[in-house]
Amino acid sequence: MLHTVNKSPFEKNSLQTCLRLAKEGNDILLIEDAVYAATKGTSVSEMVAQAATNFNLYVLGPDLLSRGVGQDELIAGCEVVDYAGFVRLATENDKVQSWL
Amino acid sequence: MGDPVVKKFMYINRHAPCGTIYAVEGLEVVLIGAAFEQEVCMAFVDDGVYQLKKNQDTAALEIKNYAPAYRALGDYDVHKLYVERESLEQRGLTEQDLMQLTYEDEDDDWKEKPSLKVVTRIELADLIAEQDVLLNF
Amino acid sequence: MALEVNGKTYETDEEGYLANLSDWSKEIAENMAKEDDCELTDNHWEVVNFLREYYEEYQIAPAVRVLTKAIGKKLGKDKGNSKYLYELFPYGPAKQACKYAGLPKPTGCV
Repeated sequence: MLHTVNKSPFEKNSLQTCLRLAKEGNDILLIEDAVYAATKGTSVSEMVAQAATNFNLYVLGPDLLSRGVGQDELIAGCEVVDYAGFVRLATENDKVQSWL
Repeated sequence: MGDPVVKKFMYINRHAPCGTIYAVEGLEVVLIGAAFEQEVCMAFVDDGVYQLKKNQDTAALEIKNYAPAYRALGDYDVHKLYVERESLEQRGLTEQDLMQLTYEDEDDDWKEKPSLKVVTRIELADLIAEQDVLLNF
Repeated sequence: MALEVNGKTYETDEEGYLANLSDWSKEIAENMAKEDDCELTDNHWEVVNFLREYYEEYQIAPAVRVLTKAIGKKLGKDKGNSKYLYELFPYGPAKQACKYAGLPKPTGCV
């Protein structure tokens, strides 16, 4: 299953809930304001770094660029994907759950 | 008509730049409001600090990039931009991660001076308390 | 609304500002000016070009107060004043010149 999260972890608990309810080995894609969750040194970095070991963690590249977040600012274990990668994840998985 | 009434306005920005329309709407209101020659300042709190992050490039999203417009705030005489230190720290950011915003000091020596000021939550609380009008975006 | 120049139609808003910045050309500017009975001289072009550069850099069309100040800084005090700019653009320097420059209506014009 692919989980997508699009809310900032500092504003909504969507990511926290996603990480609590997703199954080990699931794909999780951070998009829109959720990409901030993938940055180093934040109050949720530890939680996200831990998640990167339990799940396949992806971040949408165009959403990083638009927010001025560089690749060097990302937590280890996060893989950056482009729109084609987003489509691939959506089609390879049998289901998509969007945590709004 | 007597002297024009000048009030202290603070625009409080608490939302990240691209995911919602708050940041753009707020910026637009500040630029329009600048015509009324009031005493204006802006505060960036919570995810609002992300509005000031360097290197924002929205080309891949095919939407307009509003980040450069923050650099015009100085031209509009909006040059008191307060950034809450605690919000930066929670997000692993420092002042170096933010755009360099300046204004020309017409009241003093006409030099370019920084508009951004990182303040603690205690300082920001004091600033909020001394305003006449607070507008939230 | 729309504007027709050399047989081509360009989309505009209800006040005649170009809908798409990328549609702009000198011919369009000249055509807009002609409709206002205004002939574009080098002095007009200086302001129009300045506005296009300002927009390129800041992504906003400056309000008249900001334009006046910025023109003064760039082109000198004899041009950075309301009298000079209103003589060139009697319908309002920011509004009229922004229109010819293909920009949206200035932010902060009330």
